[in-house]
Amino acid sequence: MSKHYNHTKATLSLAKASFRSITRSPSAVIFTLAFPLIFIIVFGFIGGGGMKIDVAIAPGSDLQNPVIAALEKTGVIRLTKNDTKENIEKNLEKGAYDAVISVEKNTAGLPAYFTNVKYTSASLTNGNVLKSVLNDLAHQLNTVNQKPTVTEIRATTITGRLHRTIDFILPGQLGFSLLSTGVFGTAFIFFALRQNLVIKRFFATPVRRSSIVLGEAIARIGFALLGALFIIVIGHFAFNFTLINGVVTVINMLVLATIGVIVFMGFGFVVSGLAKSESTIPPISNIITLPQFLLSGTFFSINAFPAWLQPISRALPLTYLNDAMRKVAFEGANLWDVKQQILIMLLWGIGVYAVAVKTFKWE
Amino acid sequence: MTNKQAIISVTNLVKNYGEFKAVQGLSFEVYENEIFGLLGPNGAGKTTTLEIIETLRNKTSGEVLVNGLNVDTDANAIKQIIGVQLQAAGYYPNLNLVELLELFAGLYDVNVTPMEMLAKVNLQEKAKAKYKELSGGQKQRFSIATTLINSPKIVFLDEPTTGLDPQARRNLWDLISEIRNNGTTVVITTHYMDEAEQLCDRVAFVEAGKIIALDTPDQLIDNLIASGFERKKEVKAANLEDVFINLTGKEWRE
Repeated sequence: MSKHYNHTKATLSLAKASFRSITRSPSAVIFTLAFPLIFIIVFGFIGGGGMKIDVAIAPGSDLQNPVIAALEKTGVIRLTKNDTKENIEKNLEKGAYDAVISVEKNTAGLPAYFTNVKYTSASLTNGNVLKSVLNDLAHQLNTVNQKPTVTEIRATTITGRLHRTIDFILPGQLGFSLLSTGVFGTAFIFFALRQNLVIKRFFATPVRRSSIVLGEAIARIGFALLGALFIIVIGHFAFNFTLINGVVTVINMLVLATIGVIVFMGFGFVVSGLAKSESTIPPISNIITLPQFLLSGTFFSINAFPAWLQPISRALPLTYLNDAMRKVAFEGANLWDVKQQILIMLLWGIGVYAVAVKTFKWE
Repeated sequence: MTNKQAIISVTNLVKNYGEFKAVQGLSFEVYENEIFGLLGPNGAGKTTTLEIIETLRNKTSGEVLVNGLNVDTDANAIKQIIGVQLQAAGYYPNLNLVELLELFAGLYDVNVTPMEMLAKVNLQEKAKAKYKELSGGQKQRFSIATTLINSPKIVFLDEPTTGLDPQARRNLWDLISEIRNNGTTVVITTHYMDEAEQLCDRVAFVEAGKIIALDTPDQLIDNLIASGFERKKEVKAANLEDVFINLTGKEWRE
C-alpha cells in the first residue's frame, strides 16, 4: 500500500460512470435533446418560408388565364383550387382563408377578364397585402408592351443577412436545454446518491469529496456540450441556422454553454440540498426553470414583454446566456463582445454557489 | 487461534448524538484472520461502532486503531486496507455490475478484472444486469464483491444476511468463511444467533452502547449452561430450518 493514491483516476472513473448513467437516463435525454429538438423542428418549419397568403379559388372560376398564372408565380400566395363554396365561406369567416378569388372571361370584349375578390374582416392585414399584390399584378398585365408616360419605378433590394425564426429560437432552446440539464440532472443525481447511501459507500473508499463533485460536473458538462453541438449541427444543416463565423462561432457558443451549465448546476446543488424527498425535486426545480423558460427570451424577444415585466426578465441568468448566444451566432460577436453577459452569469454563479455551499448535504 | 494478533483495537469508545449516548465506553479487540461478530438488538450501537471504525463517522472520545493506524489521523490509509458493506446501501444508478466494479476499481485506484471479481461471488451470469434487478441474496453478494476490490485486510459486513431465504443465507456463510480462509479478517453484525454460532470465531454482545459479553460462541454457551440454564423444550437432533433445507435443497433459488 505504499503506492500513492491517484485522485485523478478516481475523478475520471466517476466522470465515466456518471456519463454512462446520464446517457441511459430517459429524462436527461428528453430534456437535453428531444425537447429542444422538437421546438426547433416545429419553429424551423413554421418560420421557413416567411409570409403566406391563403386564397381560395371560387368554384366555377376560370383557371386558364394570365391572372391565376401570375398569382401562382408570386410565391407569396397559396391558391386552393378544389374547395366547395360552403367550406370556403366557413373558412373565410374564421380567417383560415384570407380571400376568395374568381376570374371570369369577359365575352363582351375588353378587358379580357374580370377578377372578383372577396376579402374577410377576419384577416385584414393579409387581405391588404393581397390587395396590393393584385393591383401591382393588374398594372403589369395591363401595361404589357406600353411605355410608361410619367415614371417607371426602379426598385432594388440589397441582400442583407436573412434573420430566420431559427436564428432566434435555436439559441433560446439551447439555453433552456442547458438549464434543464444543469438543474434537474444535478438535483436528481445528488439527491439519489445521498438517499441511497451511494455517497456514503464512496466515502468508505479513499476518494475525495471534491473528486465526486468534479467527476459529476465533468460528465454533465460533457453531456450538455455534446447535446448543444448536436442541436447546433441539426439546426445549421437542416434549418439553415446562421453560424456567422462557422466553426469559431460554434466554439464560442460551446464556451458560453459551459459557463451556462456550470452556473445552472449550482441551482441543481441547491435543489438537491433543499429537497426532502424525490417528489419535491420537480416542483422546486420548476420554480427555478419555468420562469426562465418563459421570461428569458426563449420563445419571444423580451422587448415584446410589458414594461413592468422586463426588469424581471433582465434579472435572470438565462436571459444573458440567450442574449450572448444570439449575438455570437448571428452577429458574429466574439466572447469579449459579450463580456457583460458573461459577467452577469458569473455573478449569478458566485451567488448560487454561495447558497449551494450552505444548503448542500452529503448525508 | 494461538498467537492472537489484534488488527483492530477499540478502547473506551464513546459516541454521543446530542443527549443520546449511542456508544458508552466500548473496548474490544478483533484478531487477525478471524470472523468477529457484533451482536445485539436494534439501536444497541453496533452500526455506529462499525461506522466509526470504518472512518465514516466521528467519535466523541476513545481510541480506535485499525492495523496500527489511528482513525483520527490516518483515515485515508485505513480506507485503502478495508472493505465496507453498508446496511441497505445502493449503487450508482443505470450502471450494470461490470461498470459498477470498474467504478470502484477507480475509486480504490486498483486494477481488477470485473469478471474475476464477479466470479468470486458467483455472479458472472449477471454481469450485464443492473444492481436493482438482482435478488436479495445476489445484491448482498455483489456488495461483498465491491468490498473485495482493494484486496482488503479487513472486511466489514453490516447485517449481510437480513431478509435472505435459508439457501441464500447458507451460501453467504460459505462465501464469508471463504473470505476468512483467504486471510482476510471479517467483522460482521447480525441478528441471527444460529448464524453467529456457525460463522463467528468470537462474538461480542452489545446492549445499550456497552459490551456485556465477549467470547467464543462455544464458551458463552458453556458459561450459560454452567450457570444452571436449561431449555424449556428438549432439543431435538434437528430443527425446522434443517427440515426446510432438507425439503427444498441446498442449491440456489435465484
